Amino acid sequence: MFRSRRRAIAIALLMVLPLVLAACSATGGKKAAEAAAGGGTAVAAGHANTPHYTIAMITHAAPGDTFWDIIRHGATAAAAKDNITLKYSNDRDPTKQSQLITDAINSKVDGIAVTDPNPGALCPTIQKAKAAGIPVVMFNAGYSNYQACGGMEYFGQDEAIAGVAAGKRLAAAGKKSVLCVLQDQGQAQLEARCAGVKQGLGSEGTMSKLYVKGTDSAAVLSSLSAELTRNKSVDAVITLGAQFALIAIQSLNQAHSTAKLYTFDTSAAEIAKIKSGQVQWAVDQQPFLQGYEAVDSLWLYLTNANVLGGGQVVLTGPSFVDASNVNQVAKYAEAGNR
Amino acid sequence: MTQTAEAPVAPPPRADERIGRKSPLARMLARPEAGAIAGAIVIYIFFFIIAPPFRNASSFSSVLYVTSTYGLMATPVALLMIGGEFDLSAGVAVTSASLTASLFSYEFTTNAWVGVLVALAVALFIGFLNGWIVVKTGIPSFLVTLGTFFMLQGLNIALTQTITNQVSSPDIATLQGFNSARQVFSASWTIGGVNIRTSVVYWIVFVIIATWILLRTYIGNWIFSVGGNAPAARAVGVPVGRMKIGLFMAVGFMAWFTGMHTLFLFNTIQSGQGIGNEFVYIIAAVVGGCLLTGGYGSAVGAAIGALIFGMVNQGIVYAGWNPDWFQFFVGALLLGAILLNTYIRRRAEASI
Repeated sequence: MFRSRRRAIAIALLMVLPLVLAACSATGGKKAAEAAAGGGTAVAAGHANTPHYTIAMITHAAPGDTFWDIIRHGATAAAAKDNITLKYSNDRDPTKQSQLITDAINSKVDGIAVTDPNPGALCPTIQKAKAAGIPVVMFNAGYSNYQACGGMEYFGQDEAIAGVAAGKRLAAAGKKSVLCVLQDQGQAQLEARCAGVKQGLGSEGTMSKLYVKGTDSAAVLSSLSAELTRNKSVDAVITLGAQFALIAIQSLNQAHSTAKLYTFDTSAAEIAKIKSGQVQWAVDQQPFLQGYEAVDSLWLYLTNANVLGGGQVVLTGPSFVDASNVNQVAKYAEAGNR
Repeated sequence: MTQTAEAPVAPPPRADERIGRKSPLARMLARPEAGAIAGAIVIYIFFFIIAPPFRNASSFSSVLYVTSTYGLMATPVALLMIGGEFDLSAGVAVTSASLTASLFSYEFTTNAWVGVLVALAVALFIGFLNGWIVVKTGIPSFLVTLGTFFMLQGLNIALTQTITNQVSSPDIATLQGFNSARQVFSASWTIGGVNIRTSVVYWIVFVIIATWILLRTYIGNWIFSVGGNAPAARAVGVPVGRMKIGLFMAVGFMAWFTGMHTLFLFNTIQSGQGIGNEFVYIIAAVVGGCLLTGGYGSAVGAAIGALIFGMVNQGIVYAGWNPDWFQFFVGALLLGAILLNTYIRRRAEASI
């Protein structure tokens, strides 16, 4: 009985094996991607001979989010060039992020790069880092009060400015009713973007908001198509993250909506959709640059006491990826750097 | 006129409540899903009145779609709960399955179907592992699957990051076999302007199969007995351990199925997805009449529970309520449905 069952399994495996071997795909997949890319695509700029430093980067990234992944690619590229060991950690919860900053101070790193989405909770801890003599640069979030928190430099975009730029461009395209899709509730940055869009539209059009459950694609798809069915006047949908634009394409189809699609932030798959015309444009805050400059500026400070931007905000956006420049950006996006 | 022997006078019926006939209404109300059905009807009427777009057939198909994505998983989760166990890893296991299929077929440039089969093996293995640890150690499944919940969450992100150097899976739409797999798992038809996705059909089919198993097969009896009183079940010869492992593997199977639906609908998968859905599945089962302590419940109930959740989620959007209050309304309506559910069940039990 036992023996025959084992034999049955063995026979089943033997039968499956040729199936697997014969099942290679002639199209797509990694082989096609490698053939197209022709090998190495990572951004690399040699290796510095300066002393070795350890830098901690602490962000409020959500786990598994493409946008933050690009920031991390930038930081890793700079660390590799600058002879730096990068210690990356992240937590969405401000109190836990604050704890991570304290951990970095206690382990006496040479520099700290930090995002500050919640000044009330994080500022006191960031000031402790400065008091301990550790240089701190801030990026991505914390535009309005990075100096008060003890940040030496700031790299990022002002979300309100980015929103206004997007709103103005939508108004110029003649959009009257814009739907702003937020993937998370209670995030100051996302709210600032939508508010900026509203401000940029001015009296040209109206802006309405829709909250969706960002961790569930099917729920995002359904909520958005429900809203488009309810409010037929919507002629522009703007999502606040690249992956949500991809889902929104299906929502528009499902709701038979003729609204055009726009988004904040970029990813490889989304840039392909700009190329194919399904997404009109993306507001790009150049996350790679934010991660790269945050690490590289600390290196400049540690090795040469330079302060980029003279301590003023260094803006990395907003710029736009649209039909005019998408071909140029697309090949870097494939490597996960745009 | 022939006088037939007088029929023996039946003794006045001495009511034994176990064999006595009840009115059809009382019997219906005594089913586990009775309260949930009432709750679903109330919520349907509620949104039908206040949200005009909710009345369209196409809107309701959208409600059914989102319901099916929860309902597919709620079905085996309900069976598992009847069998007396929880699976908190069910939400992220869906993402694990779709990531496995996507990454395997992309990295090795295989036919998409190869990835699908590998993912099936992995999903079943996750279910087996959950069940095996629970059965072998006797640790409550709540704790075991909480552990695997975090482990899978980490594996999803870490392996995706290691393999692709990104946190989302690559687009596999150009692989051979992709289109046929999409036809199987995530096709949709438009009938009279109404968009219907296959997941809705599959969901209904799986609910029927689960109901049949529960009510018409000895395995169904075993599931109830395992969840109701495991030592007693073991004493009468029910293979308790194998039953539980099988139930966990059923959850794994459906996680695979749901994962394939998501993958072939969206082409790419974010590795951080699925967190929090395990509670939606459990809520659907509980609203549908499953007891948290096991031994009682129904697959139809879980389906109705998922429908309530789907209607509330979509209905609030159709009603155009202030989005800031969204979560509050979801909670309030669910609580209302559960209260109605409990009230009806108490009345039904009292009237028997």
